[in-house]
This record gives sequence, structure tokens and C-alpha cells, in this order.
Amino acid sequence: MAKLAKSPWLLHYDASSCNGCDIEVLDCTTPRFDIERFGIINTGDPFQADILLVTGGVNAQSEAVVKQIYSQMPNPKVVVAVGICACTGGVFKECYNIKGGVDTVIPVDVYVPGCAARPQAIIDGVVKALEILDKKRRDYAQARKSGQADEAEGGNEPWNT
Amino acid sequence: MQAVSVILYLILAPFAGALLDGVSRIVSARMQGRKGPPLLQPFYDLLKLFQKQMIAVNSVQMLLNLSYLVFLAIAGSMLFAGADILMCLFILSTADMFLIMAASSDSSPFSSLGASREMMQIMAYEPLTLLLSVGFYLTTGSFHVGDIISRPVSAIVFMPGFLIGFFVITAIKLRKSPFDLSTSHHAHQELVKGLTTEMAGPTFGIMNVAEYYEMILMLGIVALFFLNENWWSWPLAIVMCLLVFFLEILWDNVSARVKWRTMLDSCWIVTLLSAGLNGLILMLIQ
Repeated sequence: MAKLAKSPWLLHYDASSCNGCDIEVLDCTTPRFDIERFGIINTGDPFQADILLVTGGVNAQSEAVVKQIYSQMPNPKVVVAVGICACTGGVFKECYNIKGGVDTVIPVDVYVPGCAARPQAIIDGVVKALEILDKKRRDYAQARKSGQADEAEGGNEPWNT
Repeated sequence: MQAVSVILYLILAPFAGALLDGVSRIVSARMQGRKGPPLLQPFYDLLKLFQKQMIAVNSVQMLLNLSYLVFLAIAGSMLFAGADILMCLFILSTADMFLIMAASSDSSPFSSLGASREMMQIMAYEPLTLLLSVGFYLTTGSFHVGDIISRPVSAIVFMPGFLIGFFVITAIKLRKSPFDLSTSHHAHQELVKGLTTEMAGPTFGIMNVAEYYEMILMLGIVALFFLNENWWSWPLAIVMCLLVFFLEILWDNVSARVKWRTMLDSCWIVTLLSAGLNGLILMLIQ
């Protein structure tokens, strides 16, 4: 754990979930699973979050919200898609209103499948995300040093406009 | 001697505050039947915050946050220099005004609402801080911290009521339940994050460091109640500070957040009953 990011703060957004995965995400904060062991805080504020947990597939209404939340998070940041709906669209994939998984809108780093995803799997996914976060953090620090922070911050990516 | 204690305060207060915060998070977690984060978690959090990208809605927010930090450091330095406690408490309120301005400087409704609640909190605790300095004057005949701590008997003997009142308002200052209306620590959410909603990365880190200065300042005032000319009053004061801090954590964990009206009413009633009555008795016997 030494090299992993030690203070990841979570932001949880329900894109169109049936609340099954949401309850499992909240379950992670209970005494039984206690994600605060890893220094993880479930914050409600995109400005202070490092990891975005999205549950449910993205539909026409939640698309803009997901993009906005993602753009409000300061770099470095990672996205975890929790549940099969967030990964691919799941059983709702062919529905007329569903765009598909979260990765159709924003870049996703870790996919946690399951219906609903078990708390153990979510914690596993988040810990995997920590490794990616740590790598992004190093890249970001390097980009900052060499004065290319603007590019590293993705100034011309479509979700930042 | 004064310069040494001020420099020690300025250097050590953020570390001591962060360490106490780490302890409070572990103790809170154990009270809730959880394992809790590592002891040094607040340091990891601060390091991370300063490495993050600076997203600011405007450029003035950082300046106002820095002013909050500087004024809190000045207020604490005055206490630890043994200077005037009245002045120290006035600067403490000034510092809070900068935080309110920082929170109102952006357009977020959560942040603005948090700022207005912070003003309610100031209204709730300000009467007691003023009465507190009057109480120290009635007991020791001086507003000077240096004189207050060099009396033959600890001030607590004459002003136990003030300590009860101060315990209540310390919950407001440390942003603990039931009075964490404007923003709160740890994983509690209220109005998203209240007045810190639009503070990201380094700005939020500076706000946290300022809060650590404030925490040590508040515990320093608790120590004032117990310090006297004898050497053994110093360890006693430290133990009592830790006890007060523990009781704050306990209160944080056993109570729910109240509405602002309840906070205002209960704080003023406690101020009137504990500090007011204690002050009246002091006036009669001195």
C-alpha cells in the first residue's frame, strides 16, 4: 500500500441505477466493510473528490450531469463504473433511452461488474483505482514541473468544454 | 520566552492539530464500531490537497482563505505570547469573517448558505467569548494571559460555569455535531460541503491548516482555566485539554445535527445560565 494514493475521496453519482448498486456503495462505509481504513471519505463535493463512482447506465438526462461532475473534479482523478449497467448498459443496453455504459460519456478507468456489485468487489475496484490514481498523480506532477500542466489537465478534451 | 512560545506555536500547531484530528477520526471510528483510518491520515489528506489541480471560481478566494489562516495564526500567537485575551478573541472573530467572505465570493448556493449559517454560528458563540474575557478579568484582575496564568490558584476554581459554556461553543468552533451547520469534518455531508463546497485542492488545504491553528487556540484557552504559578498545573492543563477534546468527540458521535434556531437558542441559554450566573457570582464575591 506504501506507494498507493493514501487519501482518495469518493464522489458517488447515480446515473440511472435501480439503487441496488447505490445501497452496496453505501454499504462500504458501514462498520462491516469500513472503507475509511484506506483513508477513503465519501464526500459529496466534486471539487474535493478524487474518485468518481458512477452507478447505472447513462441516459439522455444524466449524460450532461455526468460530464459536468467529471469536469468539476480537479486533476488527477479516476472514474470507477460500479455495476454491470454502468459498465456496459447491462440489461437496459438496448433500451431506447439508454446510451450505454459510463464510458460512452467520460473515460472510465476501472469496471466493477455485478448486479448488484458486492461491497467486496466495489472495495476491490476502488483499491485498483488507487493504483491508477497514483500513476496519474505522478504523471500530473511531472507535467506540472515541465510546464505542460494545461495539456495534462485536458484543456481540449470534449468533456471539458 | 514569549518569542519562543510564539514560534513554537506557529510551527507546531498545524502538526499538533493534524495529529489530534487523526486521533479524533480513529476514536470516532472506534465509537462507531469501525477500524478507522491510520493516525497520520490528516497529513496524507493535506499532502494530497496541495498536489491537486487548483480549480478556483475566482482569484480572490485564495487570498481570503490565506487571510483566514494568517489572522488565526495571529490570534493564536497572541494567546501563546501571553498578550491580551480580549484582543486575541477579537482577532479570532475577524478571522472568521474572512472565511465567510471566501465562501460568499463564489456563486454556489450551497457555499452562500454555508456562509450565512457560519454567521449564525458566530452569533451563537460570540456572547460567550466576550463574557469569558470579562470572567478572566473578574477572577484575576487582568486581561493579560501572562497574568492570568501566574496566579496562585487556577481560574477554574472561580469560573467553572465559564468552562461549561466554553465547552459548548468549542463544539461550534471545532465543527462538531450537534453544531456543524455551516460545514463539517470527516464524511458528514451538509449542504454538499457547506461553505467549503467551492474550495478545491490547495485552497481547501489552506483552510484545513487554518482550522488546525484554531483547534490548538481553542485548546489553549481551555488550558488557561487550569494554569497557575505551580509547575504541576501544566501537565494538569494538558490532560484537561485532552479530556475536553475527548468529550467533544463523544458529544459529536452521540448527537445529531440541530437546526440553526435550536443552536442559537441553546447556546444563548447555556451562555446566560453558565457564564452569566458565574459572572454575577464573581461580581458579588470579588
